[in-house]
Amino acid sequence: MARIRLSGERIRGELVRKIEELSGQNLLACNQCGKCSAGCPAAAVMDLLPNQVIRYAQFGLEEVLAANSIWVCAACQTCYARCPHGVDLPRVMEALRVIALEQQGDRLRPQELDPQKVAELPQLAVVGGFRKFTMMGG
Amino acid sequence: MAIPYYPGCTLSTRGRGYDASGRAVAKALGLELQELQDWNCCGATFPLSMDNLLAMAGPARVLAGARAQGERVATLCAICYNVLKRTNHFLQGDAEKRERINHFIEAQYAGDLRVQHFLEVLRDELGFQALRQRVEEAREATGRSLEGLKVAPYYGCLLLRPQKELQLDDAEDPHILEDLLQALGCQPVDFSHRVECCGSYLLVTSAELAADMSFGVLQSAARSAADLLVTACPLCQYNLDYRQAEMARQHPGFQPLPVLYFTQLMGLALGLDATDWGWELHHVDPRPVLTEHGYGQVFGVRRSEFGGGPQRTPNSEP
Repeated sequence: MARIRLSGERIRGELVRKIEELSGQNLLACNQCGKCSAGCPAAAVMDLLPNQVIRYAQFGLEEVLAANSIWVCAACQTCYARCPHGVDLPRVMEALRVIALEQQGDRLRPQELDPQKVAELPQLAVVGGFRKFTMMGG
Repeated sequence: MAIPYYPGCTLSTRGRGYDASGRAVAKALGLELQELQDWNCCGATFPLSMDNLLAMAGPARVLAGARAQGERVATLCAICYNVLKRTNHFLQGDAEKRERINHFIEAQYAGDLRVQHFLEVLRDELGFQALRQRVEEAREATGRSLEGLKVAPYYGCLLLRPQKELQLDDAEDPHILEDLLQALGCQPVDFSHRVECCGSYLLVTSAELAADMSFGVLQSAARSAADLLVTACPLCQYNLDYRQAEMARQHPGFQPLPVLYFTQLMGLALGLDATDWGWELHHVDPRPVLTEHGYGQVFGVRRSEFGGGPQRTPNSEP
């Protein structure tokens, strides 16, 4: 298990600044009550729970960009509806997706989709998927 | 009364039964849905990154076009509703960014359009009491009614959240669908997952996770002994409906649950001709549960024309 190293430089660093700018959120408004994780319908399969995603983001830990959590968040807005401090976690998740897509490239490639499946799917699933999982979207 | 109407992409294809039944119901109630001219895709997701103005160009162009044609626009699709209303809210609150987007889409939209979901029109303009009256009249004329049918009112996410911007109903404890179902003579059932996510577009990248999320919703509705479930979203309809054959194989004892658009159920309650309401796109055949209410013959499709999903046996519990 890797040690997590915290430092003042990271907390005041570029990643934190970028997440806050893209999400429009003050990460330190979160006091880790965990209501977001309690209500998240995808939490069971996340390697970092939603409140942990924010915790990593607060500390500027790059590891958060490798978490599957940002890709299994469906932006359902349940966490935001229940956050006692009004932190818009779906926007934080989106900021992390945008940064991760920049670094890691697209998560969804048209040529890899089964044409038969695409013909069957509702368009808004396909359009929504490309908006969330490629650089063109967000 | 003619209401400017934005159908969105999916309501012309996978969700065409929603569009057809919605238009028929509106017309029968004297609220004609008049399709906007020259509309484009809303983008299917509201952009959540603060610098992503480009993703708002599409929905902003829809709003600008609708404003040139009237003072409001109504949708049936819950996702289009969410995207258009949130974009409108953003444009109203940020004049500088509104001008940048206006410049890009070559429009002069001032943010002064009202975005409504058709459910709001029914509640606030027609009124559920008046709807109940129309349902009673249809019952007298046809001899059929949905009395006693147990229906799970499924809201999902984007019809309600974020509440601050959408203001359709309480995001945690809504009742607009329950009120509508009561006006139709049905019995709405309470169930734990009525505002939970169905899995949404994760269907494209994490199909198993989306299926698990949908399964949770269906299980929850089944525990409340629902005969069928209604939704206001074409993506929820698909997610909840299309994998039920597989769910039945994976989970012994799983009872398939028909997933209808609320407008389809309304149309049946109003005694309308339901022949052409996209039933062939439904996987789970709703006829077994509707036959006992006298609606078994009104669909105009043969069993083989349904999407081939599992068939539900009528609920024997009281």
